[in-house]
Amino acid sequence: MGVEVEVVGLTKSFGRQTIWGDVTLTLPPGEISVMLGPSGTGKSVFLKTLVGLLKPDAGSIFIKDVNLAKCSEHQLYETRKLFGVLFQDGALFGSMNLFDNIAFPLREHTRKSESEIKSIVSEKLEMVGLTGTEKKLPGEISGGMRKRAGLARALVLNPEIILFDEPDSGLDPVRVAYLNQLIVDLNAQTDSTFLIVTHDIGTARTVPDNLGLLFRRELVMFGPREVLLTSDEAVVEQFLNGRREGPIGMSEEKDAAQVAAELAAMVDEGPPAPGTGPKGASGSGVPPQLQPSPGLPERKAVARRQERVLKMLHTLPDKAQEAVRRALDSDLPEPTRTGV
Amino acid sequence: MAAVSLTAGVRQSGRLFALFLDVVRLTFKRPFQAREFIQQAWFIASVTILPTALVAIPFGAVIALQLGTVTRQLGAQSFTGAASVLAVIREASPIVCALLIAGAGGSAICADLGSRKIRDEIDAMEVLGISPVQRLVVPRVLACMLVSMALNGLVSVVGVVGGYFFNVILQGGTPGAYLASFSALAQLPDLYAGELKAVIFGLIAAVVASYKGLNAGGGPKGVGDAVNQSVVITFLLLFFVNFVLTAVYFQVVPPKGS
Repeated sequence: MGVEVEVVGLTKSFGRQTIWGDVTLTLPPGEISVMLGPSGTGKSVFLKTLVGLLKPDAGSIFIKDVNLAKCSEHQLYETRKLFGVLFQDGALFGSMNLFDNIAFPLREHTRKSESEIKSIVSEKLEMVGLTGTEKKLPGEISGGMRKRAGLARALVLNPEIILFDEPDSGLDPVRVAYLNQLIVDLNAQTDSTFLIVTHDIGTARTVPDNLGLLFRRELVMFGPREVLLTSDEAVVEQFLNGRREGPIGMSEEKDAAQVAAELAAMVDEGPPAPGTGPKGASGSGVPPQLQPSPGLPERKAVARRQERVLKMLHTLPDKAQEAVRRALDSDLPEPTRTGV
Repeated sequence: MAAVSLTAGVRQSGRLFALFLDVVRLTFKRPFQAREFIQQAWFIASVTILPTALVAIPFGAVIALQLGTVTRQLGAQSFTGAASVLAVIREASPIVCALLIAGAGGSAICADLGSRKIRDEIDAMEVLGISPVQRLVVPRVLACMLVSMALNGLVSVVGVVGGYFFNVILQGGTPGAYLASFSALAQLPDLYAGELKAVIFGLIAAVVASYKGLNAGGGPKGVGDAVNQSVVITFLLLFFVNFVLTAVYFQVVPPKGS
């Protein structure tokens, strides 16, 4: 089972500019969480802080009782072995072919024989659908393949926490759909804790168990997907619908009067035509979650999450409670779900 | 504003020194990256040998020409060889080495690490639990020191031979006098000091280049800026350190005959 990541009061600034302050959230073990946010709100910085590449100014990150914000360098390197990170462009080593790239962590950290390494590497390559490309250099393959190869390398030490930095950037919608399915499948197989940083709303609606939104130098909201998907909060609603009308502006935030005027004008115009939002930002409500491919085990996190959400149900907003109950009703009676 | 830039400058120097300490500490940490070391030594040698030899010839010639003229004016032609050897081995050779190690070797190291940095390769390596300083910087620094030492030997030989050629062929000096005065002023510690200087210059050039490379940011332009800054900073440091080393050398090793 994956590891819980507990973030308390995390604050990061570069010089005098605060990137985000007082971020507190818990990534539940084994579940998939998505962190959303407009460009430039420090999502990637958040990810880098989580793995200790950047030191936060205040706050703590607890992983297995180790506080990554304050621990020694030795502890940091040890704890990092729990992590697998998929960087935006895969971050493959340009001078090595795919096989050596994926074998790199094994060769550095384990005393496995070459034949064992070979079998592990081909297993991971098969997992991400790249069998037969071992000899290629990163410069010779497409962006989508680089991402998948980067994922294979991130998986090779069987990490318990996997972080994805914009897995959808630079990919066409079909490849994004495949990658999303791959993420869900991997979660079912490994039961690791996943955190995906993205601004693809389609992904945010269907993949995660939990959603969060960073905006205006703070964590606006973090919680079970139903909470954000049914939220009335202006920022959340605007972002999930990919609208211009709302508090998020092109380069900076807008003043309240302008927001009110825009929203009023929008109501006058009536609802937008369905399916017109950019980046999968269309439709409303809580769509069914993506399920693992047939033949794979159930995601163990689902049952754990149900239990967890039911316990906190009374604290959620009414609309979210309703959505959770509806999901449970359609969930529980039929043990063999179909209609993925 | 001045205070801000001052603290920024102090912080940069501190970080640079911290990287240097890390390099020293991790040099003794196993496993040693022998393969990377050999590859880097080969690479740095291949980008520096030819330019060094080509710079060393005119450098030795200029020194020989200058000294040939001065010694004739002073009526001390028989000491041309001695003075030329002294100048080449003590000063010219380590400086030529420094210029080429910084200009050719250092810029290549900085560009390499910088482009890895902006492609997230360095971060990826750290996340995989591998220290980029141990894996990438230590072998480069050691390779740079080794190559710099070897280059110093090359420059000394080429410089002295070039000086001989120009003095004897072009200025009509006598071969016998040139060779005989070789050891009149020069002594072996001069050569040791030259080699030591070269090793220290190699160390400084590689550490500065690695520091600038590892801290490159802001896309491809950032890498270009980093390379530029690394070469400038290295030059400034090298000439200053050279001055200090020379001053110390004359205190430690008394010149011959005094």
